[in-house]
Amino acid sequence: MNGLALLMPVALGLGLLGLAAFFWSLRHGQFEDLDGAANRILIDDEEGEENG
Amino acid sequence: MTALAQGLPQGSENTVLAVPGMHCAGCISKIERGLTGVAGIEAARVNLSARQVTILHDTRLKPRDLVVELERIGFEAEPRKGALARSPSAVRPLLAPLAVASFACMNVMLLSVSVWSGAEGSTRSLFHWISALIGVPAIAYAGMPFFKSAWGALRRGRTNMDVPISIGVTIATVLSFYETVVGGRDAWFDGALMLLAFLLAGRVLDAMMRDRARSGVDALLGHAPQGAMVVGADGTLEWRKAEELAPGMVMRVAAGERLAADGEIVTGGSRFDQALLTGESAPVAGAPGDRVLAGTLNLDAPVDVRVGAAGQDTTLAEIARLMEAAAQDRSHYVRIADRAARAYAPAAHTLAALTFLGWMIAGAGWYHALVVAVSVLIITCPCALGLAVPVAQVVASGALMRAGIMVKDGSALERMARVDRALLDKTGTLTLGRPVPDPAAIAALPADAAAVALSLASHSRHPISRALAMALAGQGHRAVSLEAVEERPGEGVFALWQGRRVALRRPEGASGIAVTLDIAGDPTRLIAFADRLRPDAAEALARLDRLGVEASILSGDHIASVAQVARETGLLAQAEAGPEDKQEAIARLQGAGRNVLMAGDGLNDGPALARADASIAPGSASDVGLQAADLVFVQDSLLALPRAVSAARATMRVVKQNFILAIGYNLLAVPLAMAGLVTPMIAAIAMSASSLVVIANSLRLARAAR
Repeated sequence: MNGLALLMPVALGLGLLGLAAFFWSLRHGQFEDLDGAANRILIDDEEGEENG
Repeated sequence: MTALAQGLPQGSENTVLAVPGMHCAGCISKIERGLTGVAGIEAARVNLSARQVTILHDTRLKPRDLVVELERIGFEAEPRKGALARSPSAVRPLLAPLAVASFACMNVMLLSVSVWSGAEGSTRSLFHWISALIGVPAIAYAGMPFFKSAWGALRRGRTNMDVPISIGVTIATVLSFYETVVGGRDAWFDGALMLLAFLLAGRVLDAMMRDRARSGVDALLGHAPQGAMVVGADGTLEWRKAEELAPGMVMRVAAGERLAADGEIVTGGSRFDQALLTGESAPVAGAPGDRVLAGTLNLDAPVDVRVGAAGQDTTLAEIARLMEAAAQDRSHYVRIADRAARAYAPAAHTLAALTFLGWMIAGAGWYHALVVAVSVLIITCPCALGLAVPVAQVVASGALMRAGIMVKDGSALERMARVDRALLDKTGTLTLGRPVPDPAAIAALPADAAAVALSLASHSRHPISRALAMALAGQGHRAVSLEAVEERPGEGVFALWQGRRVALRRPEGASGIAVTLDIAGDPTRLIAFADRLRPDAAEALARLDRLGVEASILSGDHIASVAQVARETGLLAQAEAGPEDKQEAIARLQGAGRNVLMAGDGLNDGPALARADASIAPGSASDVGLQAADLVFVQDSLLALPRAVSAARATMRVVKQNFILAIGYNLLAVPLAMAGLVTPMIAAIAMSASSLVVIANSLRLARAAR
């Protein structure tokens, strides 16, 4: 029982953390441009300028 | 993120431009770096999914300056209509409920597994309480889309798929909560949450499909605010939006531009392409004093036009009125899922009520009878039924999209599947709708002459030049360098090539559309242009015929040119049909019990597209055509038509199989539930198993668009 008392809040807390992170990203436009995010990784930034 | 997302600095503003041509990482960096280097532009951020770029710039820069800058970088851009308008996504409001339902479902399921594996007494009670604590708020939040829609339907005295879902979920939650309070054996929070999670997943898929298709169509639409260069009294030129044009103003229309209002030519003479407006394929000549119509394309030379009618009085406005009326007619269509729910929901609810009565008569207490009745309700809750339609449609429209056909909403596929008669517009639908150089004339050009023609054509934005350049580049010709290139409006492009005079110009007195290629020292060559049948037209019509869809031509063009296409395709044809005539022809066929597919592109097809049972438009169609059609195909080939019809039919076959699978599972499970033998565990297993079967069956549609 002692193990459960510890593990259950931990499990729920971790789950909630994931949910909160999802909501945060939803609010902050992380899902606005999925194609763009996939392509931006291919951009060379070697000219030393800062991009977005 | 830079300042784009935060408050704006003084003297700056955000402008959103649509850039349909960007598609890769190179484009992103070219645009962002190119724009940030321009004086007055502080930041630029590309959104590749929406094909847009948001530019933070000095208020002194106007959107047209930004368009010019983008053109310099090498991209065609257009200001978005309505400033920062972003078309509202159907997915976003569903994502949060889906996330909550999935999170709660997983956690409650974890606790339920412990209960199923034998947790007893206070442990079970504790687990039920935690489940309730997670489950009740989660169900209240994630169930909202269903409750709202069910309430909306009930209030109007109707029923839809959401009514049985809402009733089942609500009763299961209330009963489970009661069980939790009294320390009972079974709680159904997991089942209710799983149901919501599965159904929301189905809805999200459905919405994603619509979003994707809409953004595809959005990219094709002309985003430029319609307008014209207005010549002031003192000869100054000023850009005015179409709404601001008033009768009496004089607008200057360059070659290659569309007219923003009806009017009368004051100076200059040119030819006008009215194909989108009337379906007429031959250009109409206009001289000073002639009336010209809004929406027509000025082909040859700049003209000054005095605005006659604007806004509500134009031909365009009349077509818009016809379309509105037609669209209302079609809104009576009831989707298959709702038709199924109409038959299904009363049956499920009767069964539950009968079970309750049966157990009461058999002498069980009202509490026991109620628990069994609720388990019947939960087991009949149409989890797999809710997925049966959207999953099949999403997979099918994904396949169609890969084949270049965009499906604007799920009900379009349902209506498309029933089609047994097709009416095809001629100009722009059966044919490409744009002049294409005569292949024989192109093939006859010597390589150096072709190279010169390509270089000359690439210096002009005139539609004929662009068609020629495209055809020559497609043949593998390379441009040569020219000197002293000059484009004279209304005449052609002139230049020097290796010291020889060369020109691509308008022929004198030739009938139809053509250009002549002059190379000093060589004989003059005439290249004729004509609107040609789409590739694969014959095969597409044959396939339509095999599908049992009888096709005929319905065109607004003159009898002679329609007759020629009718001969080439072997179809019956009706010519010189106005927008009302087209609508009437469809209504007549519908009255005779046919389900009509309309394929068309022009403004004049808009009312017919909205009126027909299902409609499809090519990507080159007018904005009105694109918006009115259910499906849009972007490739040149006419094979899109039979493909769309057969994919729609395959989808409906799979949907029906899905219904049978889902209902079959219910037929097996319901007797168990009525006997009181179903536990929450059995319900959970049965529900997910039947959903998986339905999804697996739908995935077979991935190759539907062949």
